[in-house]
Amino acid sequence: MSAPSPRSILPAPGSQLPNSAFKWAAALAAGMIVVLIVLVGWELYVGSRQSLFKFAAGFLWSSEWDPVAERYGALPFIFGTFVSSLLALVIAVPLGVATALFLTELAPLKLRQPIIIAIEMLAAVPSVIFGLWGIFVLIPWLRDHLFPVLKHSLGFLPLFQGPIYGLSMLAAGIIIAIMILPIITSISREILRSVPDLQREAAYALGATRWEVLRIAVLSYARRGLFGAAILGLGRALGETMAVTMVIGNRPQISASLFAPGYTLASVIANEFTEATTDLYRSSLYELGLVLLAVTVLVNVAAQVMLKSMMGSGSSKVA
Amino acid sequence: MRLNNKKMMVLLGCALAALSTVTASAQMLINGAGATFPYPIYSKWFNEYAKVDPSVRFNYQSIGSGGGQAQILAETVDFGASDGPMSDEKLAKAPRAIWHLPTVAGADVITYNLEGFPKLQLDGAAIAGIFLGKITKWNDPAIAGQNPDAKLPDSDIVVVHRSDGSGTTYIFTDYLCTVSSTWKEKVGKGTSVSWPTGLGGKGNEGVSGQVKQVPGSIGYIELAYAKQNHLSYADVKNAAGSYITPSIESVTEALASATIPDDFRFSMVNSPGAKAYPIAGATWLLVYAEQKDHAKGEKLVQFLKWAYSDGEKLAPSLDYAPLPDSVVSRALERVQRIKY
Repeated sequence: MSAPSPRSILPAPGSQLPNSAFKWAAALAAGMIVVLIVLVGWELYVGSRQSLFKFAAGFLWSSEWDPVAERYGALPFIFGTFVSSLLALVIAVPLGVATALFLTELAPLKLRQPIIIAIEMLAAVPSVIFGLWGIFVLIPWLRDHLFPVLKHSLGFLPLFQGPIYGLSMLAAGIIIAIMILPIITSISREILRSVPDLQREAAYALGATRWEVLRIAVLSYARRGLFGAAILGLGRALGETMAVTMVIGNRPQISASLFAPGYTLASVIANEFTEATTDLYRSSLYELGLVLLAVTVLVNVAAQVMLKSMMGSGSSKVA
Repeated sequence: MRLNNKKMMVLLGCALAALSTVTASAQMLINGAGATFPYPIYSKWFNEYAKVDPSVRFNYQSIGSGGGQAQILAETVDFGASDGPMSDEKLAKAPRAIWHLPTVAGADVITYNLEGFPKLQLDGAAIAGIFLGKITKWNDPAIAGQNPDAKLPDSDIVVVHRSDGSGTTYIFTDYLCTVSSTWKEKVGKGTSVSWPTGLGGKGNEGVSGQVKQVPGSIGYIELAYAKQNHLSYADVKNAAGSYITPSIESVTEALASATIPDDFRFSMVNSPGAKAYPIAGATWLLVYAEQKDHAKGEKLVQFLKWAYSDGEKLAPSLDYAPLPDSVVSRALERVQRIKY
């Protein structure tokens, strides 16, 4: 029972082994992610081949989704995914950034930790709970209180016209907004905290008010990071499934009104995959998954491009 | 002390080894997958059967009828389960003959949300008209004519249907196809269809939740779910012309009067029996006529025999309609012809 002394495990001083081993291990971990994405894409491609060949590009433009006649089109689902996610961002980004600003710049120290814990708790609530809460609490309230007010005051816009069922694109947007609020708030908070105090002090030294300090020194400096936080939120919003399907009304249609029911890519896959009994049906659902992956990748690429252009203008301003 | 520990370890090791060989040799695992609708009764059967024959254990994954059909075709499970019969194309793809064995039946009820909850009577034309979006008001003569005593409002009808693919939808659309030629041409039948109107709710709970929430709404849900949750539902006019309240008895009656072909791939909607409830359907187990594994095949056949004799008696306690004796004897005869 003589164990080797710890020293004998270590290579001789000056050896490059730990360095290169670590480098390779890290590269492997990073590479795995790329491999995983490629594999997911490949599997989705293989699964959706039948539908790809049958419908070709028409799959993306067609609004028909008829499992009986075996005619499938993705447009209403793509539309619903985009609209519900954008609605969520429109609601969640200002709220999240404002909360983060309050927490880092304005809130009394005693209050900060309890609020942070509350936000993190929000992230721990399972999706289906949000959905049930949506059906039983949020939807009746929206139907009886908020939506009639919106219709009355903003009814001249096509966005707020038509019959009110409660289940709607807007309800889905609100539910997703609540679900992505924690991630946007947490990341925004980290970013705002990383703004150097020097920035703030400089602004104060110039005689700026508190609001001006926030605007000129903090928000302007943190713009890129906050944009990144919004993109991470969008990534989650695009794939949100369970809670959305419970409140969106699950109707594959494209309507200008936010009161109208809609459908999303992730919801239709979750709803119909288990009972998809024909090969073409299953294949079309696979293709919806492929479309969702493509949409997510495109959104991220677009975000990178926007970020780059912002960095150009942003850095010149800072300098 | 040290010695004691060592002894204990040895003893424990021996005991573990003995235990594992016992379980390995004695317990056989039979895998199945498929429909979610009969999951409660199947799991009850497997639990009860474990007391009858402890040497075999059943593992059933309720992944949906589509998955059940795919897995039995791929032979990744020992039996499949489906709420709708397999199509000819699918059966043609099977490596060997697959037999359909009906187990229990269920029904869809029409539930609605109207002030005062009047008891409604509906015929096929009215139900099809509502779900086609042609009848849009509750006081439409097509509804009011059948319900002279009910106070029907001049409000819009909000249709609620299942958003997830399901056997419940299959039964409902199968029924609408038999009572409405317009439905048959425009929509057709399936576990998911392209709905002409309405909102989609996920699962029985999604549909009933929305019907409860939205005034003036109407939807269809499983009889078992409606009974367990004390929901009100309509009487539906059957092929013989009388209004029937959905119940286990009226579903079994529908089964007894349905025409059942030799391969058991039958539809029992709009059954001709005088007391038959029209929106009903059966669920099937899918098994290979020739079992590859002798021991497993033998155990599976023994279980099926038990299911048709003792198992059927458990069905009403979970709000499923048991098969009538005439169908049970035909199914049993088929089970005896399974080769292993």
